[in-house]
Amino acid sequence: MIKAVMMINTQGKPRLSKFYDFMTVEKQQELIRGVFSELCSRPENVSNFLEIDSLFGPDSRLVYKHYATLYFVLVFDASENELAMLDLIQVLVETLDKCFSNVCELDIVFNYSKMHTVLDEIVFGGQVLETNSTEVMKAVEEISKLEAASNAISLVPKSVSGWRGR
Amino acid sequence: MEQLKTIGRELAMGSQGGFGQSKEFLDLVKSIGEARSKAEEDRIVLSEIDTLKRKLLEPDIPKRKMKEYIIRLVYIEMLGHDASFGYIHAVKMTHDDSLLLKRTGYLAVTLFLNEDHDLIILIVNTIQKDLRSDNYLVVCAALNAICRLINEETIPAVLPQVVELLNHGKEAVRKKAIMALHRFHRKSPSSVSHLISNFRKRLCDNDPGVMGATLCPLFDLVSEDVSSYKDLVSSFVSILKQVTERKLPKSYDYHQMPAPFIQIKLLKILALLGSGDKSASEIMYMVLGDLFRKCDSSTNIGNAILYECIRCISCIIPSPKLLEAAADAISKFLKSDSHNLKYMGIDGLGRLIKISPDIAEQHQLAVIDCLEDPDDTLKRKTFELLYKMTKSSNVEVIVDRMIDYMISINDNHYKTEIASRCVELAEQFAPSNQWFIQIMNKVFEHAGDLVNVKVAHNLMRLIAEGFGEEDDDADSKLRLSAVESYLQIISEPKLPSLFLQVISWVLGEYGTADGKYSASYITGKLCDVADAYSSDETVKGYAVSALMKIYAFEIASGRKVDVLPECQSLIEELLASHSTDLQQRAYELQALLSLDARAVESILPLDASCEDIEVDKDLSFLNGYIQQAIESGAQPYISERERSGMLETTDYHSQDHHEVPSHALRFEAYERPKPASVPTQASTELVPVPEPSYYREAHQPISTSSVSERESSDIKLRLDGVKQKWGRPSYQSSTSASSTPPQAANGTSSHPDVGVGSSSLKPRSSYESKKPEIDPEKQRLAASLFGGSSSSRSDRKSSSGGHKPAKGTANKPPKENPIPVQPPPDLLDFGEPTATSVTATDPFKELEGLMDSSSQDGGSTDVMGLYSDAAPVTTTTSVDSLLSELSDSSKGNPGIYQSQTSKGLNSKEALEKDALVRQMGVNPTSQNPTLFKDLLG
Repeated sequence: MIKAVMMINTQGKPRLSKFYDFMTVEKQQELIRGVFSELCSRPENVSNFLEIDSLFGPDSRLVYKHYATLYFVLVFDASENELAMLDLIQVLVETLDKCFSNVCELDIVFNYSKMHTVLDEIVFGGQVLETNSTEVMKAVEEISKLEAASNAISLVPKSVSGWRGR
Repeated sequence: MEQLKTIGRELAMGSQGGFGQSKEFLDLVKSIGEARSKAEEDRIVLSEIDTLKRKLLEPDIPKRKMKEYIIRLVYIEMLGHDASFGYIHAVKMTHDDSLLLKRTGYLAVTLFLNEDHDLIILIVNTIQKDLRSDNYLVVCAALNAICRLINEETIPAVLPQVVELLNHGKEAVRKKAIMALHRFHRKSPSSVSHLISNFRKRLCDNDPGVMGATLCPLFDLVSEDVSSYKDLVSSFVSILKQVTERKLPKSYDYHQMPAPFIQIKLLKILALLGSGDKSASEIMYMVLGDLFRKCDSSTNIGNAILYECIRCISCIIPSPKLLEAAADAISKFLKSDSHNLKYMGIDGLGRLIKISPDIAEQHQLAVIDCLEDPDDTLKRKTFELLYKMTKSSNVEVIVDRMIDYMISINDNHYKTEIASRCVELAEQFAPSNQWFIQIMNKVFEHAGDLVNVKVAHNLMRLIAEGFGEEDDDADSKLRLSAVESYLQIISEPKLPSLFLQVISWVLGEYGTADGKYSASYITGKLCDVADAYSSDETVKGYAVSALMKIYAFEIASGRKVDVLPECQSLIEELLASHSTDLQQRAYELQALLSLDARAVESILPLDASCEDIEVDKDLSFLNGYIQQAIESGAQPYISERERSGMLETTDYHSQDHHEVPSHALRFEAYERPKPASVPTQASTELVPVPEPSYYREAHQPISTSSVSERESSDIKLRLDGVKQKWGRPSYQSSTSASSTPPQAANGTSSHPDVGVGSSSLKPRSSYESKKPEIDPEKQRLAASLFGGSSSSRSDRKSSSGGHKPAKGTANKPPKENPIPVQPPPDLLDFGEPTATSVTATDPFKELEGLMDSSSQDGGSTDVMGLYSDAAPVTTTTSVDSLLSELSDSSKGNPGIYQSQTSKGLNSKEALEKDALVRQMGVNPTSQNPTLFKDLLG
């Protein structure tokens, strides 16, 4: 079972975190910090795996992947395969890339709820639900369409970029 | 340019519809992103919290505004700040009809609330409604929420609807419903136990995705109870076969692999089902063979499946052909440049090595590379592999390596783990006592605060008992070497407390035993310890007791005792100590010093730490005194249990009338509280004690004051002097407390420390259960470490040959480790000396002469050479060869015995041997891989 999904930027700021078992806010922060300090002490060009018993209890492993300014992290137990989890990160990133065409950290920050929608279509209650990014995209698009239809009021401010121009 | 790009991106986001946020939110995110310090970030977030608190209180907030506030709350909480003031708004939002708002609401509550939160009760109703919705997206949202929000108590409220959804038209819903059920199963297996057949049924779902989802719960179910799913083996195999033959739609492919996640899950299940089951394993051979052939090892996911196959093969009863295929795959992994694959290779090797131990040999170079790798994960995995393949012939190299690594890391969690592994291996495979003590010293020195106290106690016991052999001489040598090593270590700064305790104990017990060190020298050292670690009371206590023993031995042997001035001042200081324990020890020491030799000898006899002390628990020696007292008119003693037991009977009967189920409300008046006890122990012959009844009357008015408190009134707990606590929990806890048997409560049945015999047996038996097939070689070594049979030593002798000391072993390839004689039949008989060792007594005497000559050859009797890494090879040679000779002779092997006696007399031969050892005694930490041959044998 997958225990947690995290995206942390290279400065240690969490950009998205989801724990599949309840953790208090403090515990979540502690874990995120712990994971980050482990990650940044890793040299380049080493394996993407970490044994992380000290933070998540016995037999927990962690797989991470470093893209540009972001660490994508999956924490899971012995019932999952490390290499497969590495590919699951790949699926997630591929999907986000399709979603935001050439995804970057900003997209993730500014589209917080959409990120969760995407993630929920891939991992459901700690189990892998779908690994085909095209299928995930279909589901996400369907949700957006229905959401837009169900909501008469436009939620999009007319000019988002206005604030930049000041 | 960069700015333009961002603006463009923001524009694009705005056009994505439904996911855009307002300017304020973007501002917030941006300012947090630009915050230079944590303090600045906190300030921004705190002001944001203020804003949100204010805004949420405004009346008539437009829905889209509200949605954004909720998202901002979620964001704040992700940054580690409390957003609980807004939870209720998120809950309200789940009730909304609009899908967008509802989903946002669900998202927020799943992130905010835990399943036991008070607000959940407000959501359950909404979830029930949503599960019945026509819109499948609403259903999905509700199912998603279920996974996080439903606890054991609320499962029944949604269970029927979830089960209904298993037959929903949309496969996405069926899939999620199965996963929700799986989640229920994890939370409370009993609540869904009647629905398990549904998982089997869904395995045949038309949609492969649903089938794949079913594998997750089935994996859990199979791992809980393998036997009831054996019938599914052929189904799983045929599914796997179809998947690999690309019978699934193209959309399930991932990087040209057909449905890899389904394959992996299936292989995991098959591994469970085939474990130890020959016929089940045989069904799998075909498909596993196909997988090895078909898997594309150029992609990551292909390798994931290959690894899973290896894992599966290591679990089932494999065919030789499959084993070969797995070994090939492993060697491909190990040869790869990717650290990930190397990691998987090492892991696979560790699994396969249990089945075919010789597989590691061909990969020795790769394994050593991994050990030198900068990647910590890989290194640790490799240590795990080494741990699994440790045996007597390579234990020294492996444990040395582990200790080097242990010293180099700072991670306390892993340090603890590797320290305990070192201890375990040393206990299992130690080739000699000296080596064992040396290793333990290192472990204590560098990780002393992290190891279990038991390890220290085991070490002390080992030194006290020796290795259980009928050989006092070897034991005293062992003790002397321990004392010497401790005297050297003791002056080092900042030793861990536990280690100091061991040191103090050993010095006290054996410091002066050999007469090599004077009492004043040892006591001086002990005083230094007590002085240097003055804040550590345990260490001080050990030191004072050690002082006491040394002085006692001195006095008993009739020597004059000069108490050192620093010792005198230490005693004086402790006489006024705040710790009563230290005070007591100091007074005892002071009293002892003034006693004569005979008295002291009976108080603290020499080397009596292994003697059993008989404790007269009934205090029968006081019988005369009691008799006398009763005769002169004293009341006989009534134990507390009997006194309260008496009371219990009276109250027990009165209580019988209103025996009401504990959960229902009870409306009668309060019962009087009474002392805790167990009713069954009642005895009616005793005089009732008036005091409690008086107490009962006093409390009557209070207990009748309120009916609602009736339930919490504690009928069995003694409440006088205790603040009364009302409420259900205290009632339940008290009943459980009173149900424990009295023996356990009053502590008479608490067991004393583990006995001598069991301590020696324990590590071995646990070892046996872990690895069912141990070759006799290991067994003998374990036996030699932890008990009787002296013949086991021979093993070490044969494996190391003439090239002592320890490190020389690495030069010898493992295959040249023939066991010269059959093991004696009564190997496992730990308790008594074996027949062989009895016959050995005679050669011992003859060997005494040899001992002298060999140590002369060595040039020095200084056993301390063992502990300095650098040189004195010769000295260790003498001791080690002596040990092995003793064991050989004890085994009654005439050939070796003969050659050794002659060698002992022939100094020329001994000198030659020394030269050889000098040649061979290379430090194995060098890069030369051939030195590790032993390690992989």
